[in-house]
Amino acid sequence: MEFFNKALGVHPFSLQLRLDRAEIISGNLANVDTPGFKARDLDYQSILQNIESDLTSSYGASMNASDVREELKYRMPFQPSADGNTAELSVEQANFAANSMDFQTSLTFLNMKINGLHKAIKGE
Amino acid sequence: MSFSAIYDIGGSAMRAQVMRLDTVASNLANADTAASSDAEAYRATKPVFSALYTQDFDNKSMSAQVQTLGVVKSDRTVEQRFEPNNPIANADGMVFYSNVNPVAEMADMMSASRAFQTSVEVMNRVSSMQQSLLKLGQ
Repeated sequence: MEFFNKALGVHPFSLQLRLDRAEIISGNLANVDTPGFKARDLDYQSILQNIESDLTSSYGASMNASDVREELKYRMPFQPSADGNTAELSVEQANFAANSMDFQTSLTFLNMKINGLHKAIKGE
Repeated sequence: MSFSAIYDIGGSAMRAQVMRLDTVASNLANADTAASSDAEAYRATKPVFSALYTQDFDNKSMSAQVQTLGVVKSDRTVEQRFEPNNPIANADGMVFYSNVNPVAEMADMMSASRAFQTSVEVMNRVSSMQQSLLKLGQ
């Protein structure tokens, strides 16, 4: 099955990453009214840089759950609030919407890869 | 680390916001409640939220739910009014009204229902993400 891991490229990995990010941002959204809560997020670019060497190897991209959590960073608020909460509703909503669009994009790429493999296997 | 975790987070947020709406409703309903002593007067209540980090096997947290630690009573001074004809007035003719601030309660209500709506939309969006993932490769 290692062949298929490589054939699908970075997309299974980025799909999982977007799901993780959706979880983190939904946690931020849930805590918009919690005093002292610090909003967190993942930086997609820096994670991709970390796994760049994996992408060219024969196993495809891989990163386990604990590695992703090492990459969690705190968000800088545009306007700090008096209760110490750094989650801003509009910012988190925008990030969540953008992230779910990214998820759809990864999914579409994955579908295209799978369709391409289907065609190659059938020899059409 | 999965879809179910997101549903749990959304659910915890909705539970917390409903609790907040509950206290707002109770405060607004009792805004004009009178009592015959300072101790008996109605005091506005408010829930205390705190983040609940889900711990994984290696004690590192990824997602944050909301939990309600409890309900606190407002320490604003209650309003005293001189109403000697009121049947519950004390010996001095004073009646003690609640310390609810209706304007603050209305603002709180808007914030709570907005946050509730956000959770509903998060869950809708996540559900459509999950559904499209199920159709992968078709």
